[in-house]
Amino acid sequence: MSAIEEVGSQAPAVEAVPKRAMTLSSGTAFVVVLLLLVVPLFVKNFIIFQMTMLLIYGLAVLALNILTGGSGQFSLGQSAFYAVGAYTSAILMEQYNINYALTLPVAGVVCFGFGFLFGQPALRLSGVYLALATFALATAMPQILKLGFFEHWTGGVQGLVVTKPDAPFGLPMSQDMWLYYFTLAITIAIYIFSVNLLRSRSGRAFMAIRDNEIAASAMGIDVATYKTLAFGVSAGITGVAGGLGAIAVQFVAPDSYTIVLAISLFLGMVVGGVGWLPGSFIGAAFIIFVPNIAEGISKGLSGAVFGVLLFLIIFLVPHGARQVAMVAQQLLSKVRKT
Amino acid sequence: MHVMQQLRIAALATAVIALTSGGALAQKKYDTGASDTEIKIGNIMPYSGPASAYGVIGKTEEAYFKKINAEGGINGRKITFVTYDDAYSPPKAVEQVRKLVESDEVLLVFNPLGTPSNSAIQKYLNSKKIPQLFVATGATKWNDPKNFPWTMGWQPSYQSEGRIYAKYLLKDKPGAKIGVLFQNDDFGKDYLKGLKDGLGDKAASMIVMEESYETSEPSIDGHIVKLKASGADVFFSVTTPKFAAQAIKKLAEIDWHPLHLVVNVSASVGSVIKPAGFENSQGILSAAYAKDAADAQWDNDPGMKKFFEFLQQYYPDANKLDSSVVYGYGAAQTLVKVLQMCGDDLTRANVMKQAASLKDFTPDTMLPGVKINTSATDFAPIDQLQMMRFKGEKWELFGEAISGAIE
Amino acid sequence: MELFTNQVLAGIATGAIYACMALAVVMIYQAIDHLNFAQGEMAMFSTFVSWQLMQWGVPYWGAFVLTLAFSFAGGIVIERVLFKPLAKAPILTQVAGFIALFSIINSCAGLIWDFTIKQYPTPFGSTPFLGSQLISTHQAGMIGITVLLLIGLYVFFQYTRIGLAMRAAASVPESARLVGINTSWMIALGWGMAAAIGSIAGMLIAPVVFLEPNMMGGVLIYGFAAAVLGGLTSPFGAVLGGFLVGIFENLAGTYIPHVGNEMKLPIALALIITVLVVKPAGLFGRNIVKRV
Repeated sequence: MSAIEEVGSQAPAVEAVPKRAMTLSSGTAFVVVLLLLVVPLFVKNFIIFQMTMLLIYGLAVLALNILTGGSGQFSLGQSAFYAVGAYTSAILMEQYNINYALTLPVAGVVCFGFGFLFGQPALRLSGVYLALATFALATAMPQILKLGFFEHWTGGVQGLVVTKPDAPFGLPMSQDMWLYYFTLAITIAIYIFSVNLLRSRSGRAFMAIRDNEIAASAMGIDVATYKTLAFGVSAGITGVAGGLGAIAVQFVAPDSYTIVLAISLFLGMVVGGVGWLPGSFIGAAFIIFVPNIAEGISKGLSGAVFGVLLFLIIFLVPHGARQVAMVAQQLLSKVRKT
Repeated sequence: MHVMQQLRIAALATAVIALTSGGALAQKKYDTGASDTEIKIGNIMPYSGPASAYGVIGKTEEAYFKKINAEGGINGRKITFVTYDDAYSPPKAVEQVRKLVESDEVLLVFNPLGTPSNSAIQKYLNSKKIPQLFVATGATKWNDPKNFPWTMGWQPSYQSEGRIYAKYLLKDKPGAKIGVLFQNDDFGKDYLKGLKDGLGDKAASMIVMEESYETSEPSIDGHIVKLKASGADVFFSVTTPKFAAQAIKKLAEIDWHPLHLVVNVSASVGSVIKPAGFENSQGILSAAYAKDAADAQWDNDPGMKKFFEFLQQYYPDANKLDSSVVYGYGAAQTLVKVLQMCGDDLTRANVMKQAASLKDFTPDTMLPGVKINTSATDFAPIDQLQMMRFKGEKWELFGEAISGAIE
Repeated sequence: MELFTNQVLAGIATGAIYACMALAVVMIYQAIDHLNFAQGEMAMFSTFVSWQLMQWGVPYWGAFVLTLAFSFAGGIVIERVLFKPLAKAPILTQVAGFIALFSIINSCAGLIWDFTIKQYPTPFGSTPFLGSQLISTHQAGMIGITVLLLIGLYVFFQYTRIGLAMRAAASVPESARLVGINTSWMIALGWGMAAAIGSIAGMLIAPVVFLEPNMMGGVLIYGFAAAVLGGLTSPFGAVLGGFLVGIFENLAGTYIPHVGNEMKLPIALALIITVLVVKPAGLFGRNIVKRV
């Protein structure tokens, strides 16, 4: 078969989200933050633990939103960056006795570099090919972590146990509560950073690339730099999330970071609304709680129930939680008018 | 919620004080999860995900506890069995165990499955002083009462089984050239270590090839070809059921007939040998500590009869030939024995104490000669296995029940 | 040298598995321009159906044909019921749909037939092929059927009107509609054919890897990789890609010291990515020119 040239004017893989709609209104944001601050004071440690995990996965989905929703690069490989961040934190804490808080910036920077490097060969790939490449990265990561060569640091297949930090300055709160507030502070900081990034010139460049790469390049945007930058930033944030995850779960092992995690993060992004940053946390809630709900409904068919629930959601709101929020917003403005 | 927390702490404190007061009163003592009418037992199993084949163990145990409840419970108390799916993922395992402990408030965590999951929850359960009892994995590290006094294994450890095979080879085939196919994880590496430790100095000269495979590989045929080319005349198959069957089949296809050793996990007639083909499996060696339900020689065995009756009444959908079902029964029966031994003292500390005091206990499904023994320094309940050879359509046991302990 | 030839032959044998799956992948790509993650599970489910039919006494070829029909119909039904409503949704949402379908099928199969492995018969027998110690008659048969399928697909796409209509509907839907092609039903047809080809792949693969609900997970990844390597628009490329991946993987495992064995899949995928960077449409794919 000859390599015939076909002309195709395809729609962009990722649809555009109006800039204004990328974030929450300040009123809603304030209420949400207030709830996040106050609720842990009234619930059991276990619920606090789940809320911490929600924030952590929310960060990881946020990172994916920047990459896919922002710059239009389809990634199924976030679990690899999450793993690198987690192991970086774990190794620094357990082998070198570095304070847990300091390990997070290191994890972020290491993963930024890693993502930036991966973004280079990924430049020539897009759509399904990029998906495959990131998929390859995600499957390779557990294998790399198991390699005998690294076993001295990584603990090989056995993994590493991580010590959870106590609240500093003798504050009267449990380890879980302290870690929650610590995570919350970091999450808010990264969230604000991400919103500003997407509103900035770089953010506009990302979105131009997402909507039409050739046009963007014709307009003078340095596509290569911005694409790799997007990968780097996304990987860095995922790495920080990974580090926090390692501390929260108190354990890292190659089996914790398989392709299943990458797929879950992807689903979280879709359910939350691609490109809608606040949706990241709704997506995270989906991937933490819906499997539990499915298990509650039927132990033997938990996978099927999960699939059915997922289908229901994507039938009703194909654009994810963002769609729900927009509908709600429209209803509210109608109510306000009358 | 604060009040509940305080109440719980008070109850725990009372229990601790009662324990340490040294009074040998026959009064009732409870920790969270136990009461006059109920004993709450927690469990995590992979009901979904890559290891979902083992979910049957949880279902069998659930059915067994139903049977015990129907027969009056344990010293008059009914068992509430709470089991969650961890999808073989360590972070999920941590979440589910925390739920069991902090939300469901179980007395102990029984038979959690999988080395990664158990590694993830070990520190948490030990720090909370909650029994991590009879873990469903053969990793050797569960027998460490000094560092982890609340964790105890159940099945013979993989290393001890490896050592038993080593002993056999040293005795019966001292000039052997061994080719090992092993799964590239805890399971595989533990067995390999056991074999090497058992062979001692001769390990380096006897083992001619160590070939690892990943569970993501669809077929391990390529590895078999490599092993045949190495000139080995003993093939040690450290594989899980699917790959063990593939190996047996491939060996027949390429006309390679070394001495074939297969690990206990994959010695099931129903799950491995039959699909692979009886004609391909003649002469395969393995070791066992439990009876195989597919094996006709146990049809009239009183213990297995009880097992079959139990299945008929409480778990009729079960695949009798699945060794996981036999496993679940044996483990559950051991737990029930321990809880019965606790009497009215259902504190966690006493549960561990009784678990560490098992003397020559033989569940219905154990091979004759294999007995469960534990002590304060021995947290490996089962450490004997008996070797067996496949002949015709069943396993023929030979020799004695050997202990895998290091001499 | 003998080890080399052995590994190449063994690689061809495993490669046949990947090639089979890759054909189904190419089929679905031709129809909908995307990869269906649930393809493997659909193939697995079909294989279980045929196994069940045989358990109930239907002879092998009868079960084979019935399963083909069931899969074809099933593929169309799934597309009409589950994915047609999603046709207007963003592509990422559709991918989420594929993942949901994967989860549902896998879970149902596990409940209906449980997770213990089952032996699956082969019509070709399992004796050594031509006395070769490395390829059995079944594996030779598998390669044969794959090649037949390949030829059939090529003829279908190149020389039949429906094949042409399907290609048109997938690559330039608006223009296709303008000439009167019912693009919606083309997609359904594509799904049906992909499901049918997948079921053949499953029925050929099961005798080698043993039938169980998780049997296609690894195979699907390799199928994707092979299809991408060969070019997603080229059935011939897909089959060749399958063999190449199988051979390369085995050689990498044998000759790259230390890590070769543990990193077989990542190395194979790395190879494919390298090829893609050089030839973005795969070895035999058509280059697509993008216009602004």
